Formats: sequence, C-alpha cells, structure tokens
Amino acid sequence: MTVAEMIHSLFLINHAGDIFLEKHWKSVISRSVCDYFFEAKEKAVEPENVPPVLQTPHHYLISIYRDKLFFLSVVQTEVPPLFVIEFLHRVADTIQDYFGECTESLINDNVVTLYELLEEMLDNGFPLATESNVLKEMIRPPTILRSVVNTLTGSSNVGDKLPTGQLSSIPWRRAGVKYTNNEAYFDVIEEIDAIVDKSGTTVFAEIQGVIEASVRLTGMPDLSMTFMNPSLLDDVSFHPCVRFKRWESERALSFIPPDGNFTLMNYHVSSQNLVTIPVYVKQNICFFETGPCGRLEITVGPKQTMGKTVEALMVTIHMPKAVLSANLTATQGNYSYDLATKVLVWDIGKLNPQKLPNLRGSLSLQSGAPKPEDNPSLNIDLKIQQLAISGLKVSRLEMNGEKYKPFKGVKYLTKAGNFQVRT
Amino acid sequence: MSASSAFNDEKGGSSSVGEPEYGHDPASGGIFSSDYKRHDDLKEMLDSNKDSLKLEAMKRIVAMIARGKNASDLFPAVVKNVACKNIEVKKLVYVYLVRYAEEQQDLALLSISTFQRGLKDPNQLIRASALRVLSSIRVTIIVPIMMLAIKEAASDMSPYVRKTAAHAIPKLYSLDPEQKDQLIEVIEKLLADKTTLVAGSVVMAFEEVCPERIELIHKNYRKLCNLLIDVEEWGQVVIINMLTRYARTQFLNPNMNESFLEEGSDKTFYGSDEDSDEEEEDKDKKVEAPMVKRKPYVMDPDHRLLLRNTKPLLQSRNAAVVMAVAQLYFHLAPKAEIGVIAKALVRLLRSHSEVQYVVLQNVATMSIKRRGMFEPYLKSFYIRSTDPTQIKILKLEVLTNLANETNISTILREFQTYIKSMDKDFVAATIQAIGRCATNIGEVRDTCLNGLVQLLSNRDELVVAESVVVIKKLLQMQPEKHSDIIKHMAKLTDNIQVPMARASILWLIGEYCEHVPKIAPDVLRKMAKSFTNEEDIVKLQIINLAAKLYLTNSKQTKLLTQYVLNLAKYDQNYDIRDRARFIRQLIVPTEKSGALSKYAKKLFLAIKPAPVLESPFKDRDHFQLGSLSHLLNAKAGGYQELPDWPEAAPDPCVRNVEVPEWTKCSSREKRKEKKVDKPFYSDSDAESGPTESADSESDSASGSESGSGLEESGSGSESEESEEGSESEEEVDKKKKKKIELKKPVQVSESEQSSEEEVRKHERKNKQRKSISESESDDEEESESESSQSESEDSESEAEVKKKKKAAETKPPPKPVKKECKKEKKEMSLLDLDDFEPTPSPQATPLNSFLSSSLVNDLEGLSLSDAVLSPATISPCSALKSYELLHRITGEGLCVEYCFSRQPFPPDGNMVSVQMQFTNNATSDTKNLHMEDVKLQSGMRVNEFTEIELLPAGETASAVMGIDFCDSTQAANFQLCTNRRKFFVSIQPPVGELMRPVFLTENEFKKEQEKLLLGQLMGMNEISEKLTLDVKCRNEHAIVQRVITAANLSRVPCGSDKECRPPLPPPLPPVHRFGGRTVTSGSLVLATVSSREDGAAQLTVNCEKMVIGTMLVKDILLALTQ
Repeated sequence: MTVAEMIHSLFLINHAGDIFLEKHWKSVISRSVCDYFFEAKEKAVEPENVPPVLQTPHHYLISIYRDKLFFLSVVQTEVPPLFVIEFLHRVADTIQDYFGECTESLINDNVVTLYELLEEMLDNGFPLATESNVLKEMIRPPTILRSVVNTLTGSSNVGDKLPTGQLSSIPWRRAGVKYTNNEAYFDVIEEIDAIVDKSGTTVFAEIQGVIEASVRLTGMPDLSMTFMNPSLLDDVSFHPCVRFKRWESERALSFIPPDGNFTLMNYHVSSQNLVTIPVYVKQNICFFETGPCGRLEITVGPKQTMGKTVEALMVTIHMPKAVLSANLTATQGNYSYDLATKVLVWDIGKLNPQKLPNLRGSLSLQSGAPKPEDNPSLNIDLKIQQLAISGLKVSRLEMNGEKYKPFKGVKYLTKAGNFQVRT
Repeated sequence: MSASSAFNDEKGGSSSVGEPEYGHDPASGGIFSSDYKRHDDLKEMLDSNKDSLKLEAMKRIVAMIARGKNASDLFPAVVKNVACKNIEVKKLVYVYLVRYAEEQQDLALLSISTFQRGLKDPNQLIRASALRVLSSIRVTIIVPIMMLAIKEAASDMSPYVRKTAAHAIPKLYSLDPEQKDQLIEVIEKLLADKTTLVAGSVVMAFEEVCPERIELIHKNYRKLCNLLIDVEEWGQVVIINMLTRYARTQFLNPNMNESFLEEGSDKTFYGSDEDSDEEEEDKDKKVEAPMVKRKPYVMDPDHRLLLRNTKPLLQSRNAAVVMAVAQLYFHLAPKAEIGVIAKALVRLLRSHSEVQYVVLQNVATMSIKRRGMFEPYLKSFYIRSTDPTQIKILKLEVLTNLANETNISTILREFQTYIKSMDKDFVAATIQAIGRCATNIGEVRDTCLNGLVQLLSNRDELVVAESVVVIKKLLQMQPEKHSDIIKHMAKLTDNIQVPMARASILWLIGEYCEHVPKIAPDVLRKMAKSFTNEEDIVKLQIINLAAKLYLTNSKQTKLLTQYVLNLAKYDQNYDIRDRARFIRQLIVPTEKSGALSKYAKKLFLAIKPAPVLESPFKDRDHFQLGSLSHLLNAKAGGYQELPDWPEAAPDPCVRNVEVPEWTKCSSREKRKEKKVDKPFYSDSDAESGPTESADSESDSASGSESGSGLEESGSGSESEESEEGSESEEEVDKKKKKKIELKKPVQVSESEQSSEEEVRKHERKNKQRKSISESESDDEEESESESSQSESEDSESEAEVKKKKKAAETKPPPKPVKKECKKEKKEMSLLDLDDFEPTPSPQATPLNSFLSSSLVNDLEGLSLSDAVLSPATISPCSALKSYELLHRITGEGLCVEYCFSRQPFPPDGNMVSVQMQFTNNATSDTKNLHMEDVKLQSGMRVNEFTEIELLPAGETASAVMGIDFCDSTQAANFQLCTNRRKFFVSIQPPVGELMRPVFLTENEFKKEQEKLLLGQLMGMNEISEKLTLDVKCRNEHAIVQRVITAANLSRVPCGSDKECRPPLPPPLPPVHRFGGRTVTSGSLVLATVSSREDGAAQLTVNCEKMVIGTMLVKDILLALTQ
C-alpha cells in the first residue's frame, strides 16, 4: 500500500535530455520513469510545449522548464499540481539566488550545496523551508572568498550556528542582521502588456507592476510605504511579510522585510485608466504572389512618452518558415536575422524623436514555397527610466522599530511586457 | 535527430542504474580497477581523523548520489561517521543514510542509537533533526522506536519539534500501515495544537493517514480558520483543501435555491416558470415534495468564517494558495460572491507558463458553470503569437466558453486573426472553436458557416480539413438551407487528402444525397475508383454512401454499389469486411434476407440528431478544482472525492469548544463572540494577522529565545500558563463588556493604576468611546447604516484585543510593559505621520460583500430569514428612496424602479450599485429584458445587469447594475430593451449616493478636517451654511437619520456621550459628524452638523471636490429643513 506524499523525486534534465541530478525524498524511483517525459518532449518539438503534467502507469510527472533546464518531479498520488509547480519554481529561484544563475554547469559545480538545500527544502516530499532567509542561515551561499577560505581551513559552508528563523513567527527574516550601511531601495517596475492591431488601434492593454526591494537593514526594522495614488492599484499580491489588514484599511504597505532582495508586491493597474502606449509602429510587410520575395518596412515613433526618452528599443519578428533571408537597411541600430529560428531582431537603442528609426528592404523566400498566409506579428521591447507609466508614486517610506537612519530610495522603470503589434 | 540520439544514450545510461559503478563508463574498461581504487581512497579519507578529509570524501560521495551513481558499497565506512562532531559531515552522512538505509538495514541499525541520543538533546533543533532522520530511514525493524519517538515529540515543548513529529507521521504510516490507530491518536493531539507552525504539517499528516476521520476536525475547525492567514504558504494549501472537503460535509449548499432554479431553466421555459411562480407566490403551501422540505437558507456562521478568513489569501504571491482559495470559493461560496476569485485567477495568467497551463484548465471548467464571473476579463484571454500552443488552445477554450450574444462579434473578430496564425494546430483548434460558437449561438451560425466555407479555399490542407469536419457538424443542424455548400464540398473530394475530412464529406453527401441528386452518384463513381487506396475511415464512409444511394437512387448506383461492396469484401481490414457483409444483407433484397431489409431505408436514412459540440471541460467540476485529478480528468490515486452537500446540516454544535457561555448566547451575540474568540484560540497570531505576529516577534527577538522555542504570546519568556492567564483575562473582559458601559471607565482606571503615560490613557478613552458608540448604535440606530455599524463593531473588537493584551501585560514585571508602551506610542505616531487616510475597519469588505450578497438573494425572491443577519441589515435599504425609471404607462405595462442600494458592487469597487425592480403589469409576458446603447459621459462606465430572460405577466423581478459615475452627477443614459420595444431611460444619481461611508473616530475626523482646511491636501474646501432646524428634527436621532438618508455617509461616534466623558461643566452644543469617500476617486467627504437647542444650526461640508461639496450641502440642507 502506498501512501500519499507530495513530491517523491526530482530530476534535473538539460536541454539535450540528459539527467544530471536526481534526488529522492523517499524510496528511489528509477530514472527510466523519465522516458515517458522524453517521449512527450520529442513530440512537443518546442520545449515550452511539453505538457507540465504527464500521466504514466504508476506515476505522475510534473515538470517546469526554466532557463533551458527541465525540473521534473515524480508524484505518486493526488496533489494540487500548482503546489508542485510553484515549489519547483522556488527551487529554481533558490538556485539562482545561491549560484547567480540557473545553469547546468553552475549546478554541477555546486552539486553538494544544492543537495543540502534540497534536503532542507523538502521533508518527506512536503515543503519545509523555502524562505531564502532561512535557507541562507542553514546553508551559506558560496562566495569566491569563502570557497578559498574553506579549502584552506577545511571549514564548511554549512552554518555552524543553528538557524532561528524557522522558529520565529516571522520566518522570512533571519535574526541578528547587522549592517554598517543601512539601506532600503525599492524599484517600481511597470510592464505594458498590449496587443495593437494592424491599423494601430489597441485591442488590449494593461499595466502590470512589481515592486522589487533590496533591503539591508540592521535588526528588526518595521517599514511602511504609502502611495500618492493607491486607488490606481486594482489587484495586488504580496510577499507574506506584508500585513494584509493594514493594506485593507489604509492602503499602506506595512512590513518587516526579509533581509536582502525580494519582491514586495505585484500589482495590476485598474483597467479603467487608459493605458498610455509610449510608441507607435508603422509597418508594412508584404509577400508578393509571384516571385520569391517580399518587402518589409518598419518605422517606430514616440506616441505618449511623458517627456521621457525611450531606450533599449527593440523589435523582434518571428518570420514565417518560408523566409530564407532578409536584405534590409536600418537608419538606426542593427538588425540580425537568425536563419535557423527565423527570428528577425532589430535592436534600435534610444528613440530619437527628431529622426525616426526606420528599417526597410526585401525578404527572400524559399523558391517554390507558397506565399505565407499571414504576416508575422512584431514584438516590441523598450525601457523608459524614471517613469512609472501608470503614474503610481510612492509618497512616503517610514521606518520604525530601529533607531538608526537608513538610506532610502525609490526608482521607477517602465518596460514593455508582452507588447505585440499584429500585422 | 540529435535530441533523439541523446535520448537513446540516456536510455542506455539509465538501464545501468543499479549495476556496479563501472557500468557507467563503458568506453574505458580500464577504469574499472581505478574506480575501485577511488572508492578505497574515499574509505581511507572517511577513516582518517581529519574532518576536512572526511568532508571532502562525503562531498564526493554525495555528488555521486546526486548523479545517480551507486555508492552503496561505502555504507560501512560512512555510517561510522554518524556521530561526527563536524556539522556538515554529519549532515552529509544523514543524506547518505536516508538514501541507502533501506538497502542495508542491518548496518543502518548501527546509527540508531546516535539518533536516539539526539532525541533527548536540550537543543530543539537537534531533537528535531534527529527525529527527521530517524523517521526517514525506512527500516521496518525500528518502527516501535519511531512510534515512541513521534509520541514523545508530539508533546515536546518546542513547536518546531512538534512540527517535525507531524512530518514523521506519514513516513511511519507508509512504512507500517498497521500503526494507523496509534498514529491517529497522535494526529488528534497535534490537531489541537495552537501554533501556526504545527497546523499545516499536522493537517498534511491527517490528509495522508486518515482523511476519512472528518470528525477529528470539528473541535479544531474554528481554530484552523483563524490561524490560516499566519500559516506558511504550503500549509495553507493543504488546510484550505481539507477545509473545502470538511465544509461540504457540514454545511448546506448556499446556492440550493438557485441551483434549483438553474436546473429548471436549463430544461424548459415552462419548468422555470413554475418554479419561480412557486418560489414567489405560495412559498408556504408548496405542492412539490422537495419544496416543502426546503427551509429558508441560513448560512452557518462557521461557513461564513471560512469564506471570510480565506479571502485575503487570494492576495498571496503563491499561485497554489490562490488556486486553493479559488477552488474553495467555487465549491463553497454563494453564487453572488464567487466573482472575487476571477481577478486573482486572471492575475496568475501573468505567471510562468506552467502556472498558466494549470490555471487555464481550471478557468475553463469554471467558465462553463459561471460564465459571468470571467466575462469582464475577456480580453485577458486574448492569444498572443508567442504563447505556447497548449496555452493558446486553453485560452481558446475559455474564450469559447465565454462567448454569448453580446460579445460574440468581438470574439469572432479575434478568431479571424487567429486563423491566420502560423501555428497550424492552433488554427485547427480555432476552427473547432468557431464551430462551437456557431452551434451555441444561433444568431451567428450563418456568419460562422460562411466564414468556414471561405476557409475551404485556404492553401493549407489541414485548415481545409478541419473546416470540413466542422462544417459537416454545422450543416447537420439545417441541411436543407445549405445544399450549395454541400455541392461545394463535393468538389473538394478531388483535392483534399486528409482522411477525416474526406470521410466527413462523403458522409454529408450520403446523408443529404437528396439535396444533391446529380452530384452524389458521380462522387460515388470517383470513390469506387480510388477505393483501394483510401484510408479505413474513408472506406467505411464510401460503403455508407453507396448504401444510402442504393436505397434512394438504385437505378443509377446499383452497379457501383455492388462493385464497392465486392471490393470491401476482400479488404484487409475485418471491420470493413464485416461492414460490407452486413450492409449487403440489409439493402440488397434476397430470398434469405430477413425482415430487416424492409426497414433498411429507415435504418440508414433516419434523421440523425445534430451533434452537440461540447466543451471537453463540461462537468469536470465534479473533481475538486485545482486537483491533479481535475487536470487529468481522471481519478488519481489517493484522491478524496468532494462530497455532495448534505440534505440537512449536521449539528453545528460539534464545533463548539467547551466554553459554556457560547452555546447560551443569542445569535446576535454569537456573532460578536466569534470575533472575540479569535484571540482566544491563537492569541496574537491569528487575530490581527501579520501585524500582531510581527509585533510579537520584535519582542521575542529581543527577549530570550533558545530552548523555550516559539511563543505565541507577546513577550518571549511567557509560557503556557501566562497564556492561559491572558485567556481568562479575556474572559473577564467579555463579561465586563456585557455589563453596563458605565462601569467601564472605573474598570479601566483600576487596571491602570500603574500610572502610565497620558497618551495611553487618552487612547484608551478613545477606544472606550468607540465601543460605547457601538452599543449605542445598536440601540437606536439600527435602521441606519449597517456597514458603519459593523465597522465600528469590528474596530471595537480590535480595541478589545489591544486592551486585553495590555491587561495581560500588566502582569509580568514592568519591563515588558514599558516596551509595550513604547510600541504603542510608535504605532500611534505611525498613524499620525503617514496616513492621511483614515482607518476603515479591516474587515469591512468581507462583511459588506456578505451583506450585499444576502441582499441580492433576498431581492431575487428567495426566501431568507437569516438569523445571522439582524433585521438591521436589511432595513436601511427599505428606507432607501426609490426612483422611477420607467412608468407603467410609458413602459406599456412594464414598470421599472430603481434605488441606490448602498452596497458595494462586487464586480467593480468603483461602481455605485443600482438596484432595479421590474414589474410587469401587462397581460403578456415580457422577455429578454436587457440594456443596450449605453450613452455615457467620458470616463463613466456601466456594468450591465444580467439579462432577465422572462418576466411573466404580473411578476416582479430585480437586478443589480453598477455605474461608475466618475464622481459626477451626470446621468447614465441607456435603452431598456424587451423583446418588443426599447425605452430610453436615464439614471441620475443624487450627489449623496456618490459616496460610501468611511469609519472615522472623532480625532481622525478632526485631523482630516484640519488637513483639508489647511490645504495640506492640495488646497481644499469648506462650505458652511447656517440653517434653522425643523421642529421635528431637533433631536439627535432625527438629525442623524436625515443626513444619512440624504447621503451615504457614516456617522462618526462623537464625544457628546455623557457616559464616557468626564463631567464637563459647560455642555457644548451637540455636534454630529459624518464621514465618507467618493466612490470613484475616494476623496474624503466630511460633514458636520452642530445644532443648538433653539434649532439654529450650522452645516459644514469639507471635500476636495468642490462641486460635490456644494451639491451635498444643498441636499443635506434640504433634508434637514424639510
């Protein structure tokens, strides 16, 4: 008789399909269980299309695809799939947090540390400690200096003090934090998601925002942040440290922050506020009925930029398979066309309103291939510094509970999220 | 191909798992010996007495394990180090042990004593880790030792160790299910634990060991609900899922009346007619048996508690938690309240694609049952070319489910762009979706059909094929109208190669051969020619076609049919041979042929019902949403069925915890009790959520922590006893409260002897005042604003808690008290400095939505005599003024009235909710009552009421719509449409309805007023007017009544109450204050009325919106002087 446990085993699989790490929280499950996954992977062509949940005769496979790696967990019984998916993403986050990046080579270099981490994160398949602050108390992240010291002295990267974070009622913050420079920085980052149709009208647009925090404060600071215009925020989700009731009653974020970097809050700007679209795109892509060629012309111009400069402007186009090559000239920036993936990227850089960037030229098609049915859509990337496009503004940031005066700062940034222009 | 070769390599590699190490490197057989040497190295290193060497060896061993290599031969060398002093070595040894103990049980036993020693260690973390490893070693022999260890740990002082014990329970159970009974005892004990740390883990153990023992939850139900917000994320998911199941067994279906109606209207119009007749007219003497039994529905307060306490978790960053709450609401909440989850679910669509995948599956299921919930978010499901195909197809599914008459044109326009996509699987799915829209929505059927026919000339064969299949299904609905399409499709057989499409065309021609009498035989001729080369499904359809033609047009096709049947007779596929034989017997009359051949025509050419194009997600909600089983649409192992609602609710008393007072009190008091009982259970942890727990943390961090572990109560060194102390303290408090308020100040001064700062006293007085005003409003203002009352009640209970905390803290030595004071002060200053927004009660929202929903229920003609809702709940709306929208005469018998219900409009917080009441005075039924052609000033928005499909003559129906007036009194114009006529109507709000009440204390009010005056808030306004009060309206009650009727404001509890004010020599003229915020922009609206005995009075309104201020002054003035 088998009894439910949440996550039985974890396999890390690289892009090519090699299993390079396995961890079992209960009895060992043979790697051959992954064959079902490989089969699905084969079928899916694109790794993004592998179904996250697969059923095999005796197990269920729940996987995520992150940073070109698959995190595949084996489950034997009923479990909320999101529970497992969310956990796997936390594992990936933790790897990123500890080793800087989530790559196969970095994982291989730090395999023991990762193994120790996994041991702490799950107990019998049930999440135990997933807060980065708690984990860091138990297992120190590797640093160059420490690894040198470790090899010289033979000391370890396992914390010699026992962690207390897990025992406190604020599990996200470790005790006894000390800094000589106390600082708290917040980045308000907004992304514009939009679909603009052929004629330039906006089919759909919304703003998603996130407040990323980097807090290095001594002791147990109690912060509270208020906004000039909190009514803009339509839907919010919080880091567990945020006191929900204060938000409900006063629209203020009140929290004892974790130590280090964390996402304080995600928000959605209420849809009734019209979303300002910072740029417009004039495009003309056409494929001729006769002859193996087509034409392309794109111009990007500023629309509503609130007087700020649009930077890091980039246009990405997934061309139809029949497009062999592109012969284009750009008045600004560089373009590249990847023959294998059929992706055209035009990296424009800063948008100069006086001289609008333009890309034009011809596309050559595979001879004999039919004219593509549809024109590809354009994906726009951009950045606007010092601006939250929704108009959200932090009005105040206060600290209580500690005596020192911290450095505080708020930065704003607007980016294009999923910004698509249909053609 | 490269991937597949790698895949094969991998397979080769995986087969060697379990074989000795050398199997892994087949390229160099020579490695074999060195491998062994390497292991010898490791053994040597492990035997050395240098920790660094041991560590190095262990690291290499763990790396081997991680890569799936076999390191089992090192077991003896490793197990020796289990007692190593170095923590990291020890940890790695644990890792090794847990991995290999099962394989080498005897050797593993050597390590047991170390862990047993660890279980007795004074340090809680060492105890916990020893138990963790001990329980992870899957060695059957140590089951008794594990059992003992778990039992002991379950009563450990440290909650962390108790948590570990909870984790160990399922481990032991999986090792030896015989232990179940004993383990259940431990679970029962741990379920009673009051700490958030343990709650999640023990519920997990419960779910794995004894999910059927639902009765174990009774006594802990309320506690779990209250602790929930402070439990860690993963525990929250487990608890919420379990409580969903629990609620399904213990409470009544909140939608039982509605679901009955729903079923009725699903079936026939008549059915629904009768139902609603009965519902409304003869509620008492219902004929049908089930109706007789049905009592008016009253939601169990515990059911409400669960809904209320899970709602904030929709704001969690953890997608699994959000999903858990969403499914709880979907399965448990009254229909009117489910809407809140839509926004949160739509938010998750921004997350990782795997999260999207799961969420969309669930949204797809939900959107079938509750389409209206996601309709406002239609555009969030629009598809981007960069979405993975599986996401695209799921979004398509949702869009299709959401399609209705009003939005279908928008959706079809979207679909048009999708059809041009390069992703052909997605295009095929889009065509299917169009087909489904066409079958579901009659109006667009022809448009869709034409569109699909155009696709038949598409260059992509797959697109054409898919269109053919869908067209076939659509044609079946009305073939006679579309013979030209059938002809067109007949021509396609020359070009189209996709078997399914060919088969569909042939079926169509056969089925409707009478519509295409000339073409059909020709098609058969061509098919007979190519028969041998066709796919099986096509062959079967050729036989079918032949048979049908033979029956209708045997002259032309007799020979062809014979030929086809002969070909089929020798086909390789036995299905085809069988079919041919069967058909020949049926259609070709011979002497032997039985009676059936007479009926051949009837058999073959019977009218076939058109297929219903159903969503694959239909009825999937019989699986608990969010579960693996739901996702796979198949029961996964260990899945716990979601039980059906009980017919009659089981005794709610089982959830009472033994506090005798509770059972005695009346329902009204019970409600208060519930709020009070929070601190009872979880002390600071649960009641005020993170605020309190964080506070207590700042204490415990400075206080001593170490061995005593986590404390629930405020200060670090307190233990169970003092906690109990505070409980009884609270008990006393309750009693105090029940006594007359007069006594309170005395009590306070008693307990406050220890001379504290002025600030505190002052603050307390404030609270005192609050609580008094609350009870006062109970007495005389019941009919006014329920929401404001409940708010004050809430904040009152918070004040209680704080007071209680203080009371508890007066006991321990003065030091902590001082700290507490400081903290209090800080909090005060925090409020002063950075909040220009006053503090509405934290729980106002859930309560309000509760009220509004019940109101909606009520107005929908459902019987409701909710004991939980005091009469005060509903009365304000009866006092509400109703306006005429459509007069009976102009409306040709249809009379429409509306009022501003003053309830929040759940789909959109910025909208004013307008309650409409339709009365059909005509002699005939009115159908399809809905809104059209809304004309609004810019910025204004309207959320239309749901269409009323049928309003029988003489009946009344009601609906709620939401209007965002943008804080202006501009009218919203629209057409009210029935099946017969359209009426131009408009709704213009009185300025007083453009605001909603906000609870302010007197001090806050004054502060805000000052701010407004000083222009701190962007140059503000005050408008004053002198007036003489009408004789009838000189008492306080009348003034309050009239102001609140004129404007949706809440009263500020004021200082004129004689009881709580220290006797002041000159009685000041009574001042009445009211506070509110405008609905759209949330600007503060403050109104003050000060009156003198002789009726002279002054009215002041402060508001940053000048227009609103001026108009409000006029309106209130009018109300007061009339």
